[in-house]
Order: sequence, then structure tokens, then C-alpha cells
Amino acid sequence: MNVIIVASKEIQQAIRNRWVLAATLLLAALALSLAFLGSAPTGTVGVRALDVVIVSLSSLTIFLVPLIALLISHDAIVGDMERGTMLLLLSYPLARWQVLLGKFLGHLVVLAFATSLGYGLAAAALVASGSRIDSDSLAAFAAMIGSSVMLGAVFVAIGYLVSALVRDRGTAAGISIGLWLLLVLIYDMALLGLLALDQGRNISATALGVMLLFNPTDVYRLFNLTGFANVSTFAGMAGVAQSTSLSIQVLLLALTLWTLVPLSLAALAFSRREL
Amino acid sequence: MTATVQIGNVTKHYGRIAAVTDVSFELGEGEMVALIGHNGAGKTTLMKLMLGLIRPTGGSILVLGDNPAAGQFAGRRHLGYLPENVSFDAALTGRETQTFYARLKRERVAKALQLLDAVGLGAAASRRVGTYSKGMRQRLGLAQALIGRPQVLLLDEPTTGLDPELRQTFYEVIQRLAAEGTTVLLSSHALTELEERAGRVIIMHRGIKVADGSIESLRKLARLPTRIRLKVAGLAPGEVPSWLPASAPRRRLNGHIVEIDAAPEQKIELLRCATASGTALEDLDIVPPNLDELYAHFLRRSEAKP
Repeated sequence: MNVIIVASKEIQQAIRNRWVLAATLLLAALALSLAFLGSAPTGTVGVRALDVVIVSLSSLTIFLVPLIALLISHDAIVGDMERGTMLLLLSYPLARWQVLLGKFLGHLVVLAFATSLGYGLAAAALVASGSRIDSDSLAAFAAMIGSSVMLGAVFVAIGYLVSALVRDRGTAAGISIGLWLLLVLIYDMALLGLLALDQGRNISATALGVMLLFNPTDVYRLFNLTGFANVSTFAGMAGVAQSTSLSIQVLLLALTLWTLVPLSLAALAFSRREL
Repeated sequence: MTATVQIGNVTKHYGRIAAVTDVSFELGEGEMVALIGHNGAGKTTLMKLMLGLIRPTGGSILVLGDNPAAGQFAGRRHLGYLPENVSFDAALTGRETQTFYARLKRERVAKALQLLDAVGLGAAASRRVGTYSKGMRQRLGLAQALIGRPQVLLLDEPTTGLDPELRQTFYEVIQRLAAEGTTVLLSSHALTELEERAGRVIIMHRGIKVADGSIESLRKLARLPTRIRLKVAGLAPGEVPSWLPASAPRRRLNGHIVEIDAAPEQKIELLRCATASGTALEDLDIVPPNLDELYAHFLRRSEAKP
């Protein structure tokens, strides 16, 4: 009950602060432009317009959704402490984990709303413009929206962990940007460099799979680009898809763990915090 | 008297800094207690300890049957807290804020919203808290602390930023609650305000409790002189009434008033002399040591003691 009360207040605030509006508009604008510009290579006769959109949109999601998620979450604990609102809230009859979980649910709803509506608009626009879309493509698109929300959840949880550990908001923002760069850009570049150097001598496909699991954005990429046969042919990831032994279930489990572990650690750190 | 708050040998260190050292006291139902001390004396730390916002380095705390350090919070339903420099989420309105807090305490929202009118925020209730002045935020702070007839009220500097009229209303509300059995602990710098209202005073200095008791008992303990002011007719400047014992410290005020510092045991004797026949006494005032002086006295005493 307390969790729901905190979550609904968090949603109310996000609406008031125009967070919901800004995130939805941003995602919708990008999705729409990709839907129409991105279908250029296949032309108007392209039978798989939506699959192409999935490829380009999921690549964009990897940059954008973690950024939005970290933006709303890095401030959640340390910011409320600095503003002084946490002091009063914690004098009320609710546990700290309830505060954290409430905020998480609230932020997740905001992200889910923005993603579903923003991306959904793109799919609707494609249908409206006369593209034929079969049920396989629709399923893949729905899976992409769902996994995008899960990716958002991962980074909301990571943002909370940062927020629960640091002393001031500036540090939280700095560390969040660093983590974003690391997970979105540097990790893959380093991994690529490593593979190029290794020339396939020591690193097996299994080892590569494990290394990909250590980065939630790679898990998301694998899920969307290799998870559906029709999409993977466009993504140029068919080769990777065959060489990795990671099933859809393993990837979903990885994303879930990437949410639960940071969230639990954040709850632990928060419960020990003195303010 | 049932104790609602029990503090036993509580110590709190921040690194090497001792914020509170070996403090013990109990607060009973219906008590109105003033917690006074300089900034950094440990008043806010004590309140935070009672709320479980921080954990004690040593000692035990029990608030409404909960041990806050262990994360128990069931009793907090019946606890109101007003932090120093209270702040709220700027995006929400006063009404939304009050509704949120009432829900968390499982209290009727309609009743909680009536409190907004009681503190004079009725007209501003649908405005965002971000647009409120300091005084208005303080009122909202009071309104949320009073949700659900609390059994314990912890008020940290509650009257800062309140205008005199609201200050009066505030004390009326608090005193009514105390009369109905609420334990009120309030810290303040405005000692004169507390003097007539607080039944008990706890003085903190550098994390140590230096005095605890009713104002009368503290006066007895402090043995500060009572000032007796006499207006004597036809007294030449520099002249001293002949009946006055030479040992009593005295001074002249405004030329014609004699002020005598009377030690507690001298007081009655001096008054008897003053009112004896033939002293040409025109007026007489007795000023007992006030809270400011008591406070200063106890601080000096604790400074002198190493």
C-alpha cells in the first residue's frame, strides 16, 4: 500500500514536471523519423518496413532509454536528501525499501508510458501509411517495446544504486554519465578491440556470450536483433545469433537480474544511510 | 504518567565528533517539553535519533513502543514531526502534499485537509508548494505534523518564520493537544516564548544534557538572584534606603528605582524590610530569573566543569 502511495505521487510529480511529456515526445519524434527515413532502403514496396524500424529503433534505444532512465533516477535518493524532503518522508510510518520500490514503480510507469506511446505511434503511422505488417513483425515490435522498458528498468535501478551511495547530486550525475558511457559505448568498443586482437584463438563463443551478458545494453541488443529470425537477417547479426548459445529466456533472465541486483543493493545502501 | 519516549544513555558520534553524549530522559503523556541549546548542541540529533533517521552509537531509544534504530515504524503513525527548514516537493500543491501524507498515515484525507484551513493555508491549498513563502511552508509543515491527532509531536524550531498571530495560534493548538495527552517536544531559540508554556525544560550543551526539570525546579537549582525593584519616594541620588542590608548587591535604575539582587533565602526577609512601616515605598516589582538567564547560568556551569 505504501509502495503504491509513493509510486502514484512519483507519477504525479513526473507529469507535473513535464517529464512524461518530454520523454514521450522525444521518443515519438525519433521513432517516427526513423520509421519514415529508415524505410528508404527498402522502398515503398518493402515488405518488412517494421522489421527495419526495429533494427534502427533498437539501436537508438540503447543510447536514449538508458540516458532518460539515469536522468530521472540518479537524483531520486540523494536529491531528495539534499532538498530535505526525504527527512520528512522517512518520519512517516513506512520502511525505506518501500520508498525505494515506490519510486521505482513510479519511474517505471513513466518510462513504460513514454516508450509504448512514443514507439507505438511509429508503428501506427506505418500501418496508416499503407505498409503491410504481418503478425511476426508486430510480435517482434511489441517485444522491442517490452525489452526497452526492461532496459529502462535496469538503468533506473543502476541510477538508484548510485544515488543511494553518493553524498551529493553532482557526484551522482557525474557517475551516472560515466556509467552510461561505459555501458553504452566503451564496453562494446573494448570488447570489439579484444576480439580483433584475439583473432578467435582464445575467446570461445561461450566466453563471448558471457561477456555480452555482463553488459545490459548488449543483452538488449542480442534480444532484439537476434531474437526474431525475420529481424536478424536485416540486422546483420545472423552470424552472431548462430554463434551465441544465449536463448531468449537467458537474455530475459539477464535483464531481470540486471534490474533486481542493483535495486536490492540500492535498498541495502539506502537502509544503512544516515541523514 | 506513561512514558511515550524513553532515551537511555544515548550517545551518537559522527566520526570523531560527539554529537550527543550519554543522554537519558523520559517524556510522558501530556508533557510539553522545551529542548533548548545552541546550534550544534545536539537537539536535532536527538530528534533524528527518535525517528530512526540516524542510529545511536550507544544506548537505547524507545518511541511509542518502537525501537527506531532497528527500523520499527508502526508507532510512527501516531507521531508528528516538523523538521527544521522543512521542505516539500515543489511541483505538488499544498492540498496534494497534505493528501499524500495523510494517506501514508492511513488517516482520513478530508480531516487532514481541514488542518490546512486551521493553519491559514486554505486559500493557497491549490497552489504549488514551489510558490509558497517560507512562512507558508512552515504552516504546511505544521499541518502535516498534526495529521491524525499525534501522540508524540517532535517540533524542531517550529515557530521560525511564523508571524506573531500564527505563533499564538500555534501554541494554542499545541497546548490543547498536550492537554489531551500528546507528548510535545519542541526545540527553540525563542526562550521567552517557551517560558510560560513549557512545563519542563531540557538544556543541552555540546551534546550533554546539562539541566532537566520544570522552570521552578531549575530556578531553585540555579540559585540565581531574584531582582526586586523598589521605587522609594524622596530618595536622593546616590542615597540608599537605610533599612537595606549592606551585603545585598544593588544598583539604581532611571535615577529613582533601586534594584536589588536577592538570593533565594534573602528574598522574603528583604521584602519584609521593604514593606515595613516608614519606608516611603511607592512601588515594588519582583522579577524572577527568566529562562534566558537560567540557560546562560547552566551553560556557564557546564563550561566551568571540565
